[in-house]
Amino acid sequence: MLIMFKGANMKIAISASSPSLDSEVNPRFGRCDMFIIADPKSMDFEVVDNAGELAGGGAGISTAQMIAQKNVEVVITGNCGPNAHRVLSSAGIEIITGAEGTVRQVIEDYNNGKLSSSSGPNVSDHFGMGGGGGHCRGKGKAN
Amino acid sequence: MIISVASGKGGTGKTMVSTSLAASIKNNYNVQLLDADVEEPNSHIFLKPVFETSHAVSINVPVVNEDRCNHCGKCAEVCAFNAIAVVKDFVLTFPELCHGCGACSYLCPRRAINEAPNQIGTVETGKAGSISFVQGKLDIGQTMPTPVVRKVKELTSREHIAIIDASPGTSCPVIAAIKDSDFCLLVTEPTPFGLNDLKLAVETVKQMGIPCGLILNRAGVGDSRVEEYCQKESIPILLTIPLDLNIARLYSKGTTLAEGLPQWQENFKEVFRKIREITGERNSST
Repeated sequence: MLIMFKGANMKIAISASSPSLDSEVNPRFGRCDMFIIADPKSMDFEVVDNAGELAGGGAGISTAQMIAQKNVEVVITGNCGPNAHRVLSSAGIEIITGAEGTVRQVIEDYNNGKLSSSSGPNVSDHFGMGGGGGHCRGKGKAN
Repeated sequence: MIISVASGKGGTGKTMVSTSLAASIKNNYNVQLLDADVEEPNSHIFLKPVFETSHAVSINVPVVNEDRCNHCGKCAEVCAFNAIAVVKDFVLTFPELCHGCGACSYLCPRRAINEAPNQIGTVETGKAGSISFVQGKLDIGQTMPTPVVRKVKELTSREHIAIIDASPGTSCPVIAAIKDSDFCLLVTEPTPFGLNDLKLAVETVKQMGIPCGLILNRAGVGDSRVEEYCQKESIPILLTIPLDLNIARLYSKGTTLAEGLPQWQENFKEVFRKIREITGERNSST
C-alpha cells in the first residue's frame, strides 16, 4: 500500500479510462471512468473509481469534491467545466486541462514542466455529456 | 375538461394544434389555453393575448450560515442533485442545480442552512379575445422548467375547456404538463423520428392512464409506418394535416390555421367532438 506523507509526496490526479499508467487520459473530468492518483516522482499510483460518472446532474461537482477529499494538489484532465473548476479552485487544487496521450506521458510532461495550469474552465457545462437534446428537454427538439 | 397537447418529437405542430383548436371552439365554449412549454412558450405569438398579471416563480435554495457551519459535509452527502459541495473550509452552493427539496437544511446537524427563494421564472395571465390565456416562462440561464410548469397548471380552470400546450419529449416537464388531463392529443409527423418519439409518448400516456389520440401533421412526407403503428395500437387518428406551403406560410406569419384558413375550423371542431366522445365513453365504462 502506498503511504503518503503530506509535503513529502505529491499527489496528482489524472482522469483515465483504464487502471494503468498506460491508459489514455480521459478527456472528461466529471464523467471519466476513473482517476489515477500518482506520485509524479516515484510513479507509485492508486486507482479511484469515479462515481460521478453516473450522476444525473452535477457530475463535475461531486467528482471535484471527491478528488479534493483525496488531498490531491494537481488535477490533469482534458476538459474541465465551470462548476468543477469552482470546486477544485476552492480546494486550492491546480488544474491542468487539454492533456492528451497516456497517463505516464502526461506525468512525465508535468515533471519536465511542459504543462501549465488553466485559470478558468475550458469548456461550458454539460460539455462531456455526449450529443442529442439539451438538459431535461427530452427527445429530439427539431431545429 | 382538460386536453393536453404533447408530441414526443419537437417541431411537429403542438402549438399549431393547441392554438387552432382553441380558436375553433372559442365561440361555443369557454376556452382556456395554458402554454406549459415554459422553455419556449410561443402560443402567445398566435393568439396575441393582452397580459394582465405576472407572478414570479421561485424555489427555495440553501443559504449557508458560515458561523454555524463546521464543514461536516452532511449537506453535500444528502443532496441528490450535487447542488452543494464541501471542500476544506468552503461550502459551495449551485442554485441552478437545486431542486428546492430542502434536504440539506432539514438534515444539517448544526442548523446552519436556511432557505431563500430564488426566482426561476414567471407565470403570466391574460385574455386573447374570449380565450383565457396562461403562460409560464423559464428565466434565461435556468435549467429547471418543472416547477414553472406546475405553477402554470395550478391555474387550470375546470370551468373551461382547458387546452395545455406541453413541451416536446417525455421528461419531467412533459409529465407535469399532461398530468391530470382528461385527454392527451399527440401530434406527430410520418417520419422515422416522428414514429420513434411517438412510441415513447404513447407509452408515457398509457402509463399515466390518459386516453390519447393522434393528429398526423405534415402528411405526405415520410411513409405509412405511423399509421400502421396507430392501427396496431388502436390509437385513433383524429385529424390529418397535409404538408402544405400555405399552412407553413400562415404559421410563419403567426396566424392560426383556424383563422388563416377558416375551413379548418370544422376539422378542429370535429376533433373536439371525437375527444368528447372518447372521454365520455371512457367515463361511462369505468
